[in-house]
Amino acid sequence: MAVKDYLRERYFPHMWCPGCGHGTILNSLIRAIEDLGLDKSEIVMTSGIGCSARISGYVDFHSLHTLHGRALAFATGVKLSRPELKVIVPMGDGDALAIGGNHFIHAARRNIDITAVVMNNRIYGMTGGQFSPLSGAGVKATTAPYKTIDSNFDVVELAKAAGATFVARSTAYHAQEATGYLKKAIEHKGFSVVEILSQCPTHYGRKNKEGDAVSMLELHKTNTAKLGSKALENNPELIARGVFLDVDRPEYCQEYDKIIEQASKG
Amino acid sequence: MSKKKLRELAINRDWCKGCGICVSFCPKKVLELDSKDKAVAVRPEDCICCKLCELRCPDLAIEVLIEQDKEDE
Repeated sequence: MAVKDYLRERYFPHMWCPGCGHGTILNSLIRAIEDLGLDKSEIVMTSGIGCSARISGYVDFHSLHTLHGRALAFATGVKLSRPELKVIVPMGDGDALAIGGNHFIHAARRNIDITAVVMNNRIYGMTGGQFSPLSGAGVKATTAPYKTIDSNFDVVELAKAAGATFVARSTAYHAQEATGYLKKAIEHKGFSVVEILSQCPTHYGRKNKEGDAVSMLELHKTNTAKLGSKALENNPELIARGVFLDVDRPEYCQEYDKIIEQASKG
Repeated sequence: MSKKKLRELAINRDWCKGCGICVSFCPKKVLELDSKDKAVAVRPEDCICCKLCELRCPDLAIEVLIEQDKEDE
């Protein structure tokens, strides 16, 4: 099938700004689903609010566009009632870790079989460029005209500590790599988190003098390095890309089934 | 394996927003933005069918169509 077969073409061209990394992530995600040969009706995409959340409207799967930050809560409900479906939750950085921070850590703790895609552009794009918990210190935003002083969450470390069983990171620049990690994450049984660094040229790029989409993508290339690479060893300041964790732990729906079985025995 | 040969670089002009990502990252400089800021393939003969433009296009507007292998050649 071609990429277009997975899209609701009537909503295109999409609403994302020119050069927005979210479009590339949608591209990578569709290719991952295509490579896995999944049927469109096997997939549920649940999203919250924000630029990233609009993704669920563009894909021709079962989709739920829900409350800000609560996509994982809705996804948990979907998964528990229909465990045979693949549930994918694309989220923005604020959606996942500010408004939905609690849902994120608890979904990870339960190890419920959901794929969470954190599309991290380090800013609230839709509402006009406020800083998010992933912006980090020293970043200009509309709510931080003299630069931020807040440290950022490390999505990978947070997900690992909270109990996720598959954690990976890639960027919009490394589209093929991102597709590979998304494939692994979707196939993984348990809570999987893929952080994909995205670029927001409209707000983040402009305020922080990172230039247009092309130069922001160049930064994805120069500021990151593959896990275990020489470049990362020589310069630990770089952001690591790769699969950080891939382990097995009892999955929530399976454990729940066992409880039902036990209770039905009377 | 024989070299991949380009059949067509299909660019959806209605979807293209002219961000220039495809133009900048094409290893063979096949693409350019035209006067309307839409991507066009100006040197399709140089295309090596790496599909980097198609994979990175945030507007999902590019499709690299590859010629099917011809057995009789």
